Amino acid sequence: MLHNALQRLLQSILVLLGCALMIFIMLRIIPGNPIAVLMGEHADTAVIERMTAELGLDQPVLIQFFRYIGGALRGDFGTSYSLGKPVSALIASAFVNTLILALMAALFAWVLGVISGIIAAVKKNSILDHLFMGASLLGVSMPVFMTAMLLQYFLSFRLKWFPIAGTDSLAGFLLPAVALGWNSAGSVARLVRSTLLEILEEDYIDTARAKGRGQLGVLVLHALRNAMLPVITMMAIQLSGLLSGAVITETIFAINGIGRLAVQAISARDIPLLQGTVLFSAAIVIIGNFIADSLYNVLDPRIRRRG
Amino acid sequence: MFQSRAQKFARRYEKPNPDSRDRSEELKREIGEEETFFSLMRRMAHENKLAVFSAIVILLFILGAVFAPFLTRYSYHDMDLLNRLSAPSAEHLFGTDEAGRDIFTRLLYGSRVSLLTGVVPTILSMLGGAVLGVISGYHGGWADALIMRLADIMLAFPSMLLAMVIMYMLGGGLINVFLTLALVNWASVARIVRSEVLALKETEYVEAARVIGVPERTIMFRHLLPNCLPTMIVLFTLNVPSAILTESSLSFLGLGIQEPRSSWGLMVNAGRQFLYNAPWLSLVPSIAIMLIVLAFNFLGDGLRDVLDPYQKR
Repeated sequence: MLHNALQRLLQSILVLLGCALMIFIMLRIIPGNPIAVLMGEHADTAVIERMTAELGLDQPVLIQFFRYIGGALRGDFGTSYSLGKPVSALIASAFVNTLILALMAALFAWVLGVISGIIAAVKKNSILDHLFMGASLLGVSMPVFMTAMLLQYFLSFRLKWFPIAGTDSLAGFLLPAVALGWNSAGSVARLVRSTLLEILEEDYIDTARAKGRGQLGVLVLHALRNAMLPVITMMAIQLSGLLSGAVITETIFAINGIGRLAVQAISARDIPLLQGTVLFSAAIVIIGNFIADSLYNVLDPRIRRRG
Repeated sequence: MFQSRAQKFARRYEKPNPDSRDRSEELKREIGEEETFFSLMRRMAHENKLAVFSAIVILLFILGAVFAPFLTRYSYHDMDLLNRLSAPSAEHLFGTDEAGRDIFTRLLYGSRVSLLTGVVPTILSMLGGAVLGVISGYHGGWADALIMRLADIMLAFPSMLLAMVIMYMLGGGLINVFLTLALVNWASVARIVRSEVLALKETEYVEAARVIGVPERTIMFRHLLPNCLPTMIVLFTLNVPSAILTESSLSFLGLGIQEPRSSWGLMVNAGRQFLYNAPWLSLVPSIAIMLIVLAFNFLGDGLRDVLDPYQKR
């Protein structure tokens, strides 16, 4: 058990290092000196050269990489070219916003998805089932920016129920969270429904019924426990999707989060900032996967015994 | 491609003889031959009307893209500055944009780009992912370790951010969008094909092929890959819409397709600043994206139901 966990941890760290190397190489095979681009065409060549040397950009890529990793281990991800602040500080302040947004979106997706999934499974082939499943497919198929703009147009602009953009209060997070969670809610609902349908046909459910448990008891005490396993795996997969969607949502609602920071980094050609934000997001996904794997191990006795 | 396994087997490994057709029929009965592609499609059409309807919708979109010049009397870059931001009317079905260009026309031309970015990168990533997945699953060893670790790395990045970085590296434009989407999506295909191959590897016919000395490469690409086809067809119909969504998101952020070329995502982006006085500018292309994605998802669901007999519904 512990051995297993250690092995997974080691693997996660290796993948993270791989991610760092890949992003590093990708951002360095762009032709041209980033400093020269940054300083414009009228910059003095001597100044450009000095800056390049100062930032260590004249070194071979591998040396730069190891320096970067060394710095990253001490919490130093370089300094943003465009904002002049340490990347780690920028990420830290942006992460708070992304975290609130993602947690609220996940909460919305989970509550809506699980409840509608359960209802759809229990009332299979009823009008409610068709309604929920239709809505969930619609949810999966709507681009994030469409949901976001529809909410913004109708609820903020027309009805004035919510602030149009910005995060002065928690209410400002509400619409972005719904927009972001909408897609996930659809896929959670579909997964909960199909898993639950499968489980409800198992023998042990019949046994529980035969022993006199009511519908609700069977559902909550027997079926849901097992139905949650694949749903937990999905949670980890969706983390990556949430972070992807956050890029769009944060841009539309002007939330200063990780995604918006990455977009700003690209338009400012700010390589250290872009590198930091993308790598940080990958780290979040990897950590999420690790936690989900571990949870799965703890929750599923079959795997526990095997490991 | 979809000829029956028994026919293929009979042709390749039996001596040619006049009644080889009968032999294939006999074999077909013996191994419980699966249905042909067309009978499968017929079954799907019978069982799932929604999938058929979706296929028709997709076909209509394709026809619209191909015959765009014949379906509208405007050209997609003709400006009519007296008629800017006009609401939908009989004259302009979906209204006009900030330069007085007809939105219906731009939607038709934009569908060319959006459909292409759905299909081309998906084919590329399916091909690459399938080849790597088969090698990884069948060959095992260092190749497996290398390919799967690479896939792990690709999958650890949130896809949108990875796509953004690759677009930044390559620069905007249609071809680069193709490349980016293919690079972002191959890993999940490789993983799925690999797990399929791991299961198929243990089947008798692969073992038989190995025993009679069929070369490894032939086993991988002649025996294993075609048997992954049902999975890959389903995967294709599910990956096309996700590619369309990613493209539209990239273009929405201004990192994908560049003006003067038009794509639906770009139209949404351009219309965003007029959201409050001319919401149709963004809404119309958004709905188009949603419809095509929905159609592909329904079709994918229908295909999965007939192609995967083991999946419970």
